[in-house]
Amino acid sequence: MTLESKIPSGPMDKKWSKHKFDLKLVAPANKRKHTILVVGTGLAGASAAATLGELGYNVKAFFFHDSPRRAHSIAAQGGINAAKNYQNDGDSVHRLFYDTVKGGDFRAREANVHRLAEVSVNIIDQCVAQGVPFAREYGGELANRSFGGAQVSRTFYARGQTGQQLLLGAYSSMMRQVDNGKVQLFPRREMLDVVVIDGVARGVVCRNLVTGEFESYAGDAVLLCTGGYGNVFYLSTNAKNCNVTAAWRAVKRGAFFANPCFTQIHPTCIPQSGEYQSKLTLMSESLRNDGRVWVPLRKGDTRSAREIPESERDYFLERRYPSFGNLVPRDVASRASKAVCDEGRGVGPTGLAVYLDFADAIGRDGETTIRQKYGNLFQMYAKITDDNPYEVPMRIYPAVHYTMGGLWVDYNLESTVPGLFVLGEANFSDHGANRLGASALMQGLADGYFIVPYTVGSHIAGRKLDKVTTDHPAFADAERSCREMTTRLLGVQGTRSVDSFHRELGMTLWNNCGMARNDEGLRSARGKIRELRDAFWKDVRVTGKGQELNQTLEHAGRLADFLEFAELLVVDAAERKESCGGHFREEYQTEEGEAMRDDKNFQYVAAWEFKGVGEDPALHKEPLEFEEVHPSQRSYK
Amino acid sequence: MSESINVTLKVWRQSGPGEPGRFETYPLENVSTHASFLEMLDILNQKLTNTGKEPVAFDSDCREGICGSCGLMVDGQAHGPDTETATCQLHMRRFSDGDTITIEPWRARPFPVLKDLVVDRSAFDRIVEAGGYNSINAGNAPDANAILIPKDRAEAAMDAAACIGCGACVAACKNASAMLFVSAKVMHFARLPQGDPERTTRVSRMVAQMDEEGFGSCTNTTECEAACPKGISFSNIVELRREFVRAQVTGRTSR
Ligand SMILES: Cc1cc2nc3c(=O)[nH]c(=O)nc-3n(C[C@H](O)[C@H](O)[C@H](O)COP(=O)(O)OP(=O)(O)OC[C@H]3O[C@@H](n4cnc5c(N)ncnc54)[C@H](O)[C@@H]3O)c2cc1C
Ligand code: SF4
Ligand code: FES
Repeated sequence: MTLESKIPSGPMDKKWSKHKFDLKLVAPANKRKHTILVVGTGLAGASAAATLGELGYNVKAFFFHDSPRRAHSIAAQGGINAAKNYQNDGDSVHRLFYDTVKGGDFRAREANVHRLAEVSVNIIDQCVAQGVPFAREYGGELANRSFGGAQVSRTFYARGQTGQQLLLGAYSSMMRQVDNGKVQLFPRREMLDVVVIDGVARGVVCRNLVTGEFESYAGDAVLLCTGGYGNVFYLSTNAKNCNVTAAWRAVKRGAFFANPCFTQIHPTCIPQSGEYQSKLTLMSESLRNDGRVWVPLRKGDTRSAREIPESERDYFLERRYPSFGNLVPRDVASRASKAVCDEGRGVGPTGLAVYLDFADAIGRDGETTIRQKYGNLFQMYAKITDDNPYEVPMRIYPAVHYTMGGLWVDYNLESTVPGLFVLGEANFSDHGANRLGASALMQGLADGYFIVPYTVGSHIAGRKLDKVTTDHPAFADAERSCREMTTRLLGVQGTRSVDSFHRELGMTLWNNCGMARNDEGLRSARGKIRELRDAFWKDVRVTGKGQELNQTLEHAGRLADFLEFAELLVVDAAERKESCGGHFREEYQTEEGEAMRDDKNFQYVAAWEFKGVGEDPALHKEPLEFEEVHPSQRSYK
Repeated sequence: MSESINVTLKVWRQSGPGEPGRFETYPLENVSTHASFLEMLDILNQKLTNTGKEPVAFDSDCREGICGSCGLMVDGQAHGPDTETATCQLHMRRFSDGDTITIEPWRARPFPVLKDLVVDRSAFDRIVEAGGYNSINAGNAPDANAILIPKDRAEAAMDAAACIGCGACVAACKNASAMLFVSAKVMHFARLPQGDPERTTRVSRMVAQMDEEGFGSCTNTTECEAACPKGISFSNIVELRREFVRAQVTGRTSR
């Protein structure tokens, strides 16, 4: 099978308008005859469900949470980018496009990124109209800040709760369509299979997490908006229940998984404090606008931060990257922090931390200003660590945060299974090998409000879709395989908890496929993952029954998928013999320790086809071409 | 401060909706004071699993006080003893060696228990469905800076919009009133010009839905404000009443 990206012809800045015109339309009166199944109600899913409902489709929305408003998007802190150029500082659609392609280390599709930058401006309009209370200036206009190394101020924010406010906006629009009878909600449902009939995605099977029943739903298109897979590492900044299950089950039905090794490690997270740690907490990137990152010059310096004089501190980001300083992109900052800790200059009880110091900013702007900007983040930090960051520097360390990889989609956001669309963090689309700060929220909402509503229409109008009901035998088959898996999990009756297996998987990946990777480590990780998977199926203990609310069973199912998916992750990392973005291969670096990309051999998207558990997956390459932004070595010096 | 403590947990166990429940007592030793309250429950669950017993079901997701999933009565207080703190942000350093800690689900008729500490809060979604939105279709919006909003108005709207929908206000109220939650949503919109066109129908419909769900009337004792992890102010309730009366007097109250 050849991958068809379906990138429209014509000049970069006309492609999307041309494509919108070329897409087939569904007549208004016909829309109500079609049902669209949306899985996930984060930014991507809620915005898609709302918009499709507004257009007149019947939408069924599934999510494992008790309310759509709890999706992981709610936790995003820092902000959302848009090329509004309200600050008159030289921003434009082209600049946002350029920054995103470059920031992604030339591993994203140009046409997709350009479209994202184009619609970014509409997103902000939409959100403001919904009542999203973005930060404002005294004159009443919207405020912006510079974020994640951007040299223009294009980030819109609502205190440190931007994701919450954007999700509440999308959720309220979706609830309006529930009110109008166009969207039907299915809370506490976990999608466990995609039903493919005559080669087209026509339904899903869910487990009702309250009763344990399996339920089938038929429709004319399936949208997966199920988020990222960062929790394969166990410890990450993601919410506890984020998982790869929906995407992985789709892979088993023929969807390809693209660039799984492109994972993002965020430099500013609260370090792990003990064995019992259940997740890691992000400290927003915006803090690096005012905080200065440093470690002691001397190894093993045990003095407290304030006792170390200026001359004995190493502001290593400012030193190594004089022009970007503390604002270098995430991958660069994370690796630099790891490097100083590896040299033995890390701070705190574990030595796995660096300081993020606000003393200069407080001295310059006063505590009140700093409190206004970051009050809730400082409070969050104080609650977790019991330290007062107004007085002592924060201690931070990198942690798994975001996954650029995801299900492969074409320009229409359609996977290799016709009728199966993938939105938001769950697809691989726009961020290449490294995502810029404040761009995930933008992408999720772009996909849901402004892209998929057009492209789904073309699928429905353009393909002959026979009427399908859940009486079709494919549904019974899918339900049976879901039920079998549950029975199998409950039947092992071993001795080890699900959580302990998950922690071990996480450690294996973090040590071998985290901030630095090498061939030997990746090979041994693959072996360990296989052993762990075997051990899991021999010795896991899943308590309780299938026909009830059973959180252990839910976790076990998700971990079973992670254990299969993890192998693909390391296979992809081993195959990509170059360093780019978040993927750093120790064998491929410059003398100064910077990433060395290999455009000659690896300027492609790696899309993997599933061939069976434990079998080698098949690699399909989508070559990447750059018409507008010419690949160059990223330099933040 | 000692680094680890021994505690005794009294935990509400209930096998399913409508089933009778009971307290079970579990001693737990050597809990790090740096662990969060939910990590302490993770440790308990690990221990229960190791001995072949069923772990305690409780909801949580973000574990950083923003998703609103968690919510436990800890020693009779919604979200526990700290102010402006969700259960997931509570840490064991708040407790002392030898403490007995009682853990219960939210207790309110409109929030039925599904299992152990997990409750059904879908009533909140139905209240939002009854007008807790601005009617604007995607693609229809004017430029974001077309309507200027004074900074203090935007900030006041944000204060109300910060609600995480956890339900602690209901759990803390002896009448199980949802007034704080509803007032936060109503006032978020009422403080913004974009909320104006539907201002009267919104408040009337949301309040009607709140009543229909079986939430009680406000006791005016501000227990809700004290329990709220996001510091939603009781003054929202005062303003909600004004909005409601204004709607009755002047406006359309239904669609
Ligand atoms: C702490 C943190 C801070 C961040 N801050 C920012 C920021 O400032 N700016 C920015 O741009 N990005 C930020 N990000 C990234 C961004 O928040 C996410 O990438 C984005 O919100 C993902 O949205 P989504 O809609 O794709 O998925 P999610 O919001 O994760 O939603 C997934 C949905 O899928 C459902 N689901 C999943 N699996 C199933 C299944 N099998 N069956 C049924 N339902 C299922 C869930 O219930 C949920 O509704 C941050 C991320 C983190 C972790
Ligand atoms: S008002 Fe406060 S207590 Fe009530 S639901 Fe909102 S955040 Fe929770
Ligand atoms: S788990 Fe999200 S608020 Fe507590």
